[in-house]
Amino acid sequence: MSELSAGNGTPRVGVYVCHCGTNISATIDVVAAQQAAETLPGVVISREYKYMCSDPGQEIIKKDIHDLDLNRVVVASCSPCLHEETFRKAVADGGLNPYYFQMVNIREHAAWVHKDMAAATAKANDLIRAAVRRVRLHQPLEARRVPVDPNVMVVGGGIAGIHAALTMADAGKHVYLVEREPSIGGHMAMFDKTFPTLDCAACILTPKMTRVRAHPNIETMTMSEVTAVDGFVGNYTVTVRHNPRFIIEDACVGCLECIDACVFRNGKTQDEFNLGLSKRKPIYIPFPQAVPQVVLIDPAGCIEFRTGKCKKTCVEVCAERNAIDFQQEATTEDITVGAVIVATGFETFDATRLPRYGYGNLDGVYTALEVERLVNASGPTDGEIVLRNGRKPEAIGVIHCIGSRDKNTNEYCSRVCCMYSLKLSHLLKEKTDAEIYEFYIDMRTAGKGFEEFYNRVAEEGIHFIRGKVADVYPEAGNPDKLVLQAEDTLAGMVRQIPVDMVVLATGLEPRQDAEDVRRTFNITCSGGGFFMERHPKLAPVSTFTDGVFLAGACQGPKDIPDTVAQAGAAAAEALALIDAGFIELEPNTAFVVEENCSGCKTCVGLCPFNSISYADGKAQINEVLCKGCGTCVAACPSGAIRQNLFDDDEIFEEIAGVLTNA
Amino acid sequence: MATEVMVRSESDRDVEFAAWFTGLVGEQKLRACIHCGLCSGSCPLARHMDFGPRKLMYLAREGFADDVLGSDTIWLCTSCYACTVSCPQQIPVTDVMYALKRKAIESGKAPKHHPVPVMAKSFAKMVRRRGRMTEVFLIAGLALRSGIHRYLGMTGMGLNALRTGRVSLRRDSIKRHDELTRLLDAVAAHREKVTRP
Amino acid sequence: MREYDYYPGCSLKGTGKPYEESLLAVFDALGARVDELEDWNCCGATAYMAVDELEAVALATRNLALAEQSGRDLLTPCNACWLVLNKTAGRLSNDTGLHNLVCTALESTCTVPRGEEAAPLTYTGSVSVRHPLDVLINDIGVDAITAKVTNPLQGITVAPYYGCQIVRPLSPFDNQDNPVTMDSLLGATGCTVLEDYPFKTRCCGASQMMTMPDVGLDLVSMLLADAAARGADIVAVACPLCQFNLEAYQGRLSGGNGEPVEMPILYFTQLIGLALGIDKKTLGLGRSFVNPERALAGRSLDE
Repeated sequence: MSELSAGNGTPRVGVYVCHCGTNISATIDVVAAQQAAETLPGVVISREYKYMCSDPGQEIIKKDIHDLDLNRVVVASCSPCLHEETFRKAVADGGLNPYYFQMVNIREHAAWVHKDMAAATAKANDLIRAAVRRVRLHQPLEARRVPVDPNVMVVGGGIAGIHAALTMADAGKHVYLVEREPSIGGHMAMFDKTFPTLDCAACILTPKMTRVRAHPNIETMTMSEVTAVDGFVGNYTVTVRHNPRFIIEDACVGCLECIDACVFRNGKTQDEFNLGLSKRKPIYIPFPQAVPQVVLIDPAGCIEFRTGKCKKTCVEVCAERNAIDFQQEATTEDITVGAVIVATGFETFDATRLPRYGYGNLDGVYTALEVERLVNASGPTDGEIVLRNGRKPEAIGVIHCIGSRDKNTNEYCSRVCCMYSLKLSHLLKEKTDAEIYEFYIDMRTAGKGFEEFYNRVAEEGIHFIRGKVADVYPEAGNPDKLVLQAEDTLAGMVRQIPVDMVVLATGLEPRQDAEDVRRTFNITCSGGGFFMERHPKLAPVSTFTDGVFLAGACQGPKDIPDTVAQAGAAAAEALALIDAGFIELEPNTAFVVEENCSGCKTCVGLCPFNSISYADGKAQINEVLCKGCGTCVAACPSGAIRQNLFDDDEIFEEIAGVLTNA
Repeated sequence: MATEVMVRSESDRDVEFAAWFTGLVGEQKLRACIHCGLCSGSCPLARHMDFGPRKLMYLAREGFADDVLGSDTIWLCTSCYACTVSCPQQIPVTDVMYALKRKAIESGKAPKHHPVPVMAKSFAKMVRRRGRMTEVFLIAGLALRSGIHRYLGMTGMGLNALRTGRVSLRRDSIKRHDELTRLLDAVAAHREKVTRP
Repeated sequence: MREYDYYPGCSLKGTGKPYEESLLAVFDALGARVDELEDWNCCGATAYMAVDELEAVALATRNLALAEQSGRDLLTPCNACWLVLNKTAGRLSNDTGLHNLVCTALESTCTVPRGEEAAPLTYTGSVSVRHPLDVLINDIGVDAITAKVTNPLQGITVAPYYGCQIVRPLSPFDNQDNPVTMDSLLGATGCTVLEDYPFKTRCCGASQMMTMPDVGLDLVSMLLADAAARGADIVAVACPLCQFNLEAYQGRLSGGNGEPVEMPILYFTQLIGLALGIDKKTLGLGRSFVNPERALAGRSLDE
């Protein structure tokens, strides 16, 4: 596309005033604004139109550029955040350098914040005048292109991370999958059946886990954490620390004989996967279908680590492969990738924060996740519902909204608990035929097949009581029976119901270290502490840091279908970024006029993006890292730093334009 | 057999009362009540109440003033604050109850001869005049106004109290009770200016 | 020597007399000086707030202002008085408008003796209203009490009943869901403290025992039955209204098997006093409606 040489020629400006439907024209006399613009020096044509951003609107600009030999364009409409890209592209399509364009916001800055039409129109005129004066000084800048590293990283190996990794690996990208735990699988690996289909979680998850293990394009790193992220979109350098499992991964074949051979005849350490409902040995595998299928040693429990005087029967049985290495140390490595998907998942609400429900005090009170392990055939009780006191429950209470919808803990709704409560009620009913009581405030079963699931469970004879339980206390003289007291709001009466087992539907929370993790990736957290997406409706998987995407519950509570959908979306956006092959950088960067730089180094420490370095007595700005915030420009005592699109002359012209009638 | 029509129409609602009620707590928090039932569930007196705090506040929000101000729920409340500490919307339910008690008395809609508002008014009157409350006179006054038959059962306890010296038969009074009465009159003149709890 | 002003409240001069007697005796034995607040008035309890909000605030404020004069903390044993005074102090400190309104009225109508003169009564918000549980645990300390125990109450199981006003809505000196200050103090006496008493903060019915006795009895019967079922010999209380409610009408209750309910209800200060070797009469034990002798005989009594 040939560009008209505007260079030092007389500016020929086209001004376009948008009605934006009635958004602008309801408060601003757009015709008057258009007429006022006509009279401005340098303006060759001015028009007003209902929707400048539409195709016909853009066509007008392109046609005028061609027909009237325009070399500058000003559009007075909405916020540049919305349509600066649109109009720059239209200008470029019309044959002009896109940076010969200036956008004026007369919607958010005038029409939407004022009521008086005369005053608002006068203000719009001032703003347009300013833009017309300024645009005449614009330079034909070029957006710089930087190549993109084709590799990607997924942080977190739960279902979100797994799905994102597989999607990108199938597209031919090399994926680094970094997981903190000894195995991938995340929370989903702990579930028994999933709603609404009652698919066995392991049955649908493990094939994906196996695919990950086998995929030639996925490099799975378990026992690993990201400790630092450097660089910028398309060119990230991520430092990953690999924590020792004291087993040589390549040597171990997962025969598990070392576990049998361990000098501990019975497990003595709380089994984390079973949430403390059972015990494990110091050498263990988190769950039978773990990927990688490799054991690990817990130094806090292992006699060899604690005393140095163990018989090491584990080493004996592993003689052939010699996979056990007590000396193994943590290692770090730097990995370069073009994009990162953060899929670090969630934590469950700590029910001890609500003493009224007795969790931790009363043996019969369980969290939902603990019950998932109980009903699971590979769980601590082989799928039998046996309580801590050894009995089987005849009556069970399921209490919704534990830690959720409560200003005293978390104000938000955790979204999945109504469905998983119904699921657990169904499974418990199936296994025990106990009287089951669900205490809820609202039933939130909005997903596909969810309402039908609710109906199915209701028909099974489970009691639904609309009222949140206020108190759980043991019956006097019968500590195994727990009395649940709640107002049955639909019946308008208080009820007291003795049960043997209480299931607390604990909500979802961001991980404890979410604040630290967000800093590492330079993203933000929103209300509730979950990672913040770029836009709640239109950009749910990207963040304000280009190249860092989000997937799964780390962005907000959600169920497995939504998690997988979001992971696919994140993978798609990451692929779009990578496959473009290059990143186009906004040219509004700062630059140093070397002959004026005195080497005072004031700017170096001020840059929030670490893009300024100091060499040979002069400051140097890395164009690629610079985000154009303007801090160094303002701070430089010598005035040696200037900024494209925000040069002093351009700004002074704008000010002069605004103040003309002042 | 005669039946009663149970339907309420919009004209049964007292919109001013509803607005007064929701204005009791800042930021219209009373409108944020999600009716979880924790207040009624945790209330030790709910088993005796006609409505319970939750339903009472729901009716108040909708403007059914007569039901609310004539209920016994308000008077059974003992201000134990179990509701207040439970509420997920952090509504100060107990303080709302106090406001309803005052409104019921002011508007004259409190159930007549109900011992609790009767007692509260006698208590206030006694304290206003003398600065202290003497239990035996309070009970005696209550008995006379609410029906002495209710309190005959108390004679056993009363005799016990006399025997063990746990009753004072002298009307207790503070020295500067005139000042106190003047103080209460002085603030009463500013009644409308009180800020919300 | 520790010094406190003391706000008895109306009940401690009547049905709550044993509380006053044992409180003063215990504080004396522990070397603290306690002086009754001059010309204190009724705090308003829950009744006045049901009639007039502003007057109720003013009523409580007069006491706070009187207490402020000495600069000492105000020892307030009755749970309801403690809450009213603390809540009022909090409201005044958060609401400048209310503070100014009430204090202006106070200064212009009330006085406090200063030597031979009568000075206008002012309030600046500097007084601390403290419950004896708080003072005994935090100022005097369990160790100091244990050191002075001469008559450990061995073999007696005591249920610590806190009631509601000292844990809700404010709980500045103890845990709101599971308070333990009374548990610790009772532990110092050598008795067995009932660890598992889920009703320890459930309301006793307050003034309903007087106005609606059936309701009051219902609440109280649950509390007593539960304590008995868990093996308590005595229920310890910290509030005169709780004490009265739990004790006064036991004759009208019958236990699980139809047998009469006979559970002594003693103030925690009475139990501490006994352990410290103070005689029963001084502690007001003779004023109990339900004779505690049998329950206390669970150990050798030094009388």
